[in-house]
Amino acid sequence: MSTTVPHNPEPRFDVDGTWVGASVPRREDPRLVTGRGRFVDDITLPRMAHAQFVRSTVASGAVEEIDLTGTRDTPGVIAAFTAADLGLGDITAVLERPPSEFVPTDMPVLARDRVRFVGEPLAIVIAEDPYTAEDGVEAARVSYRSEQAVVSDEQALAEDAPLVHDNAPNNTLLDVSMFATDGIDDVFADADCVVRVDARSSRQNALPLETRGVVASWDDREEQLVVQTCTQVPHQVRTVLARSLRRDERAVRVVVPDMGGGFGQKCVVGREEIAAAAAALRLQRPVKWIEDRKDALSAAFLAREQHYDARAAFDADGRILALDVDIVCDMGAYSCYPFSAGIEPLMASSEMPGVYRVPAYRVRGRAVTTNKAPSAPYRGVSRPQHVMVMERLFERASRELGMDPVEIRRRNVITTFPYTGVNGVTYDPGTYLESLDLCEQLVRDEGWYDRKRELAREGRVLGVGYCCFNERTGYATEAFAKRKMTAVPGFDISEVRMDTTGAVVVTSGTLSHGQSHETTLAQIVATRLGLDPARVKLHQGDTDRVTYGWGTFASRSATIGGSAVSLAADRLVEKLLHIGAHMLETRPDNVELHDGGVRQRDDHGQTLSYAAIADTAYLRAERLPKDTDPGLTATASFDPPGDGTFANATHAVVAELHPGTGRVEILRYLCVEDCGIVINPQVVEGQCRGGIAQGIAGALYERISYDEQGEPSCASFIDYKVPTAGEIPDVEIHHLETPSDLTENGAKGVGEGGTIGAPAAVLNAVNDALRPTGIELDTTPIAPETVQRALEESS
Amino acid sequence: MTDQYLVTLTVNGEDHELLVTARRTLVDALRHDLHLTGTHVGCEHGVCGACTILVDGAPARACLMFAVQAEGRDLRTVESLGSPDSPNDLQRAFSEHHALQCGFCTPGFLMLAEGFLASRPRATKAEIREAVSANLCRCTGYQTIVEAVDDCASRRRCAPDTTEGEATPEPGQNDTPRPA
Ligand code: FES
Ligand code: FES
Repeated sequence: MSTTVPHNPEPRFDVDGTWVGASVPRREDPRLVTGRGRFVDDITLPRMAHAQFVRSTVASGAVEEIDLTGTRDTPGVIAAFTAADLGLGDITAVLERPPSEFVPTDMPVLARDRVRFVGEPLAIVIAEDPYTAEDGVEAARVSYRSEQAVVSDEQALAEDAPLVHDNAPNNTLLDVSMFATDGIDDVFADADCVVRVDARSSRQNALPLETRGVVASWDDREEQLVVQTCTQVPHQVRTVLARSLRRDERAVRVVVPDMGGGFGQKCVVGREEIAAAAAALRLQRPVKWIEDRKDALSAAFLAREQHYDARAAFDADGRILALDVDIVCDMGAYSCYPFSAGIEPLMASSEMPGVYRVPAYRVRGRAVTTNKAPSAPYRGVSRPQHVMVMERLFERASRELGMDPVEIRRRNVITTFPYTGVNGVTYDPGTYLESLDLCEQLVRDEGWYDRKRELAREGRVLGVGYCCFNERTGYATEAFAKRKMTAVPGFDISEVRMDTTGAVVVTSGTLSHGQSHETTLAQIVATRLGLDPARVKLHQGDTDRVTYGWGTFASRSATIGGSAVSLAADRLVEKLLHIGAHMLETRPDNVELHDGGVRQRDDHGQTLSYAAIADTAYLRAERLPKDTDPGLTATASFDPPGDGTFANATHAVVAELHPGTGRVEILRYLCVEDCGIVINPQVVEGQCRGGIAQGIAGALYERISYDEQGEPSCASFIDYKVPTAGEIPDVEIHHLETPSDLTENGAKGVGEGGTIGAPAAVLNAVNDALRPTGIELDTTPIAPETVQRALEESS
Repeated sequence: MTDQYLVTLTVNGEDHELLVTARRTLVDALRHDLHLTGTHVGCEHGVCGACTILVDGAPARACLMFAVQAEGRDLRTVESLGSPDSPNDLQRAFSEHHALQCGFCTPGFLMLAEGFLASRPRATKAEIREAVSANLCRCTGYQTIVEAVDDCASRRRCAPDTTEGEATPEPGQNDTPRPA
């Protein structure tokens, strides 16, 4: 089922037995399938109290009074605090851009004089159990002077719009114009064909099945606040905690238990995490907060509400000549930390040209603020949207020019590498054309084009859609710095430590919330050391155990985290060889790794186990070479060079539209992906399938809407339609493998790709099916009513 | 304080006496009174299925029941299946097929599938998919969950001492809202 493109024939590993490339059973599974995982709500501490939040019921208004008398009188309530009681520092994300481009806004931990969205936390209630905490919340009385809410990007940008933040004119938090190739207007004027796409995507919830939560406690012995929280970025949470509580970072420890997913929603610092920690300090009791689903749906970080007005110019042969885009992202009420409200428009602006050779480019990207729950990065960040817009532009141009939609892509995809685009980004080698060709071939071989024609005679409505895209996965410090962030993610640091038995502990600043790091990073280290992965244990998600790190997001763990562990393991290998040579009384270049130990090259009978070397390194240090420190530890960091590495894929969807109901049924889903060297095929396929499911959810089902007062539409899963096994199809995956020269293992990262490709492939399939109607849809999710209407109008 | 009731819950074959308020949900009693934290909570309104356990052999949402209603019922949670050292065949199938990523939904799917397969040992893959659509998973895309359950079912059918034929009530599936 898998196809391999010939690649760099040089072996990357010179040790015996490679675990990289094998579907090693997951280390995480035994505890998770037996109910013995430890998620945040599984943690119980002596004297633990329970928190809930009094939240705003209006979208915009001045807070006149927060009356907590009834709350404090509620039996079982221990305390209730407002912003004034806790006096915490605000959470502020900053970009180093002039005021004309970026306006920083302060997000208070608890709202003070005004509220900006329904669900905004106003007070924290601490009680003996979660039930009484809710009673306490219900007993709170808040009075507001309600004001007109701003609930859409158009409304936000209207001349007389009320301001969500007084310091943000036009409700605009970010406004950048980039690239603007000279003469681009002339290119449009002279082009054979100009197409336009006006596309909108709806506000979505990343929706980890485990809602957010935290257990905070004070440790007298360590003189430390210990915050166990489900976050993708523990070190960044620690920084905000320390600043907000005005303490040394040393005095704060953030520990991440097992996590029930994150998908970006947990990769920003949450106000509730800080408030719960402050309450624990104040009360000198452990405090637990578990977000309920209603709050998670409406008041947690959301994403993806974007509006694109895009034009593309083509010549008569279907070659793209220019791209001109105006992007407006509705980022809700606040900038998230550390990424800021710039996260979506900056991603879309810099990456929009994607896999295509675009000679001229102009983009304006804006983040507007509205009275809705704020946005955070969500799996794929903007790419599901801007890839969809690019793919729609190509489809539309193919229709205008009477060309085959795959052929027009074929003429435009980048085929020579490295390629530096009009966006100033250099792309490393990928299989854009190969994946497109293979994917189309698979669709043809399975006979879908014929089936579609045959079934049309029976009145059935089928469509075939493609999406060809790439994804920058190894975002380096340099790449993030270009966005002018003042907290710049990029590198990762790793430490590898061998104990006296020869077993290994490795730390990573990345952390798994479902991605299987305990398995895959152990595979990498085991391969480098020639050890069984079972003897390698990962430490992740603990600011006291891990030196520093930027966590897991943007498909960065295999590329950056995996490279850091590789380099650290290599350094340990050097030390093992050095000590081994000394112990075997031979030259350092006459030893090599073999079967969990070191052996002499010219006499294979001369061997030492790692345990024997470790015994010397720790217990018999007098036998070490003079120039060698005792112990067996090594540290390394990694930051991808240049613009980082790009994974790529082509997806194909065959969809059937059901005229009676307007239902879109996916009959076939094919994915041809290239994420470089695959560390664990099963894990890679899992990431693809899970990502695709979320992409389909965005294309067809999920949407949070707001009424004129700014009241969100989703109080429960009844309103927010999460697809089940009944809606998500099986996905057949084919692998191409272009090893990356920019990462240590040749891996390119795979966490987000599926989500990026699915919306465009689904939308194109639906539009292909609708072709006889002349109607084209560019807005997600595609409502069944819209499809039904389109089919009715044409019949 | 609110009135407390003394109840006896029979969980995984053991009786436990505990004092609960009338409004204490069964899932909270299992998780926080009996410290059986394998059963998870994803929504508290009966949709996600993370809290699925077996009540008298049939899958049920433990978030929709009160602890006081569970007296005298036979309750089975994920802790009644295998252990990390010796997982049962269904747990092994989940691991072999990579039917879990974060694992938060997994105990719910395991208990759903145990209840379903007990009553429908000959279920087709399509029927398994239908049954599995009662619960939500945000990580896997469901395909591998369906495959794991199907694989386990066919292995059980081939095994010499099949448990097929055991009288078990029809599971309460299809009571869950689904996207239109
Ligand atoms: S927690 Fe019971 S169904 Fe979601
Ligand atoms: S494995 Fe994460 S929700 Fe199912």
